[in-house]
Amino acid sequence: MKLLTHNLLSSHVRGVGPRGFPLRLEATEVRVIPVEFNPDFVARMIPKVEWAALLEAADHLRLAEVPKGPTQGYEQDETFLRKMHHVLLEVEVVEGTLQCPESGRVFPITRGIPNMLLNEEETQT
Amino acid sequence: MALPCSLNRYLLLMAQEHLEFRLPEIKSLLSLFGGQFTNNQETYGKSPFWILTIPSEDIARNLMKRTVCAKSIFELWGHGKSPEELYSSLRNYPVEKMVPFLHSDSTYKIKIHTFNKTLTQEEKVKRIDALEFLPFEGKVNLKKPQHIFSVLEDYGLDPNCIPENPHNIYFGRWIADGQRELIESYSVKKRHYIGNTSMDAGLSFIMANHGKVKKNDIVFDPFVGTGGLLIASAHFGAYVYGTDIDYNTVHGLGKASRKNQKWRGPDENIRANLRQYGLEKYYLDVLVSDASKPSWKKGTYFDAIITDPPYGIRESTRRTGSQKEIQKGIEKCPESHVPVSLNYHLSDMFFDLLNFAAETLTLGGRLVYWLPVYTPEYTEEMVPWHPCLKLISNCEQKLSSHTARRLITMEKVKNFENQDQYSHLLSDQFLPYQGHNSFREKYFSGITKRIAKEEKSSQE
Repeated sequence: MKLLTHNLLSSHVRGVGPRGFPLRLEATEVRVIPVEFNPDFVARMIPKVEWAALLEAADHLRLAEVPKGPTQGYEQDETFLRKMHHVLLEVEVVEGTLQCPESGRVFPITRGIPNMLLNEEETQT
Repeated sequence: MALPCSLNRYLLLMAQEHLEFRLPEIKSLLSLFGGQFTNNQETYGKSPFWILTIPSEDIARNLMKRTVCAKSIFELWGHGKSPEELYSSLRNYPVEKMVPFLHSDSTYKIKIHTFNKTLTQEEKVKRIDALEFLPFEGKVNLKKPQHIFSVLEDYGLDPNCIPENPHNIYFGRWIADGQRELIESYSVKKRHYIGNTSMDAGLSFIMANHGKVKKNDIVFDPFVGTGGLLIASAHFGAYVYGTDIDYNTVHGLGKASRKNQKWRGPDENIRANLRQYGLEKYYLDVLVSDASKPSWKKGTYFDAIITDPPYGIRESTRRTGSQKEIQKGIEKCPESHVPVSLNYHLSDMFFDLLNFAAETLTLGGRLVYWLPVYTPEYTEEMVPWHPCLKLISNCEQKLSSHTARRLITMEKVKNFENQDQYSHLLSDQFLPYQGHNSFREKYFSGITKRIAKEEKSSQE
């Protein structure tokens, strides 16, 4: 699971609503795989990123060199975009967990794939 | 070397399959590239010859880089219902538009295409000779000409009734071919990872085109299965997400769908499918998730949602339920929770899908999905609607004598506010909509026979 994805996920346990974001990320196995750098795509993603959630997740994965926020004129800032490209797209959690901050419910990540299924009792009506 | 000119006329030579899907594909692509669809004929119907006006050759070329419904495009120089009409039409074509392609330094060749008839070589040569009045000054080069001109003769659509003379003759400068070769190169037959209901390659590209997918988009499939629909979007430069309720399918485990193969191999999963075509860089993530209970945060970040939801026939419709109902037939699933198998009524599923699309699509983004219909009872009012989504097209593909599926394309035209979730309940369309719930029964039953019997007895 990439950090871009983590930034888009929220818990849907019954009753938590917006307090289900962001999910707390823990990882027991992480890998870094190179992905071709596409500055236009990365620049498009910047406005959609919730920075506090990203920084928290990156911190749990002990990543270094994570920008603290978008720079002025980031669309043309290649250094910034390359760092964001790495953080959002090249770091993958292979085994780990995502935890709902409100209910404590844990969603496992196995072989890089999160399992977000809940029982009927746990979900929103 | 663009000449300043008003809208040019082009001739599209269309492939003769998926007839209903062709016009929405061309319209969607033209709007994607800044052209607007204007045409000189009210409808094209079944004809493979479409004349349309396009603002520039660039737009025409961009169109051809995407379409799988069109074989080729020509800059139309003349046409008529007879050779005489054609020649007269050619004489009326502005010479200054011809000259750049006919000057003495250039090379060219002329091809004759006939549709629904075969000509002898001699007959073809006669037709080329008849065009001598055109101001060709360049040299003929049959192997690698700079410019190719084509005469296209239309002898109708009925192979059992071939007319002596063509209905229409067209003359144009060949510009580009479409992307029909993708159908073969992305064929499901050669794909590493397939499922029971993997989408035919041609249709998956048509869906991506109806969805106006473009480079750097994020495309999502909430019923991703083996990822076939994601492949088409990734090919067009979009980054892709998928979710599915079936753990085994998402992970690439369990029984294989290929004959002669028992279990899925290690190279069989969604990511491997993208890797097979060199598209792995567009893979974002896949998740095991229930589409009726999505895990996405509030916001709009999908540029297109392109999907083939289950119809309840070859794959079941499911959503998470209580622990009491355990689904049969899940192999190799170590996790205890696939507490699945509530009957997910089809109408609820489409309602959820449209709501989800209205919430998470960017403004102008598209939802493209298949709607199964029981043909004897189908009416247009049954197509699900939503106040935030505008219906763009509705194309039928027959499945059997009494069933079909319709490719529905919708565009988000209004931002989502909470109350929109419930407005469908106010519509009297809500009732006919329920008909989808028994689609599975109707598909399998001989209900058509029963209706016929009832009608007969009521007439007696």
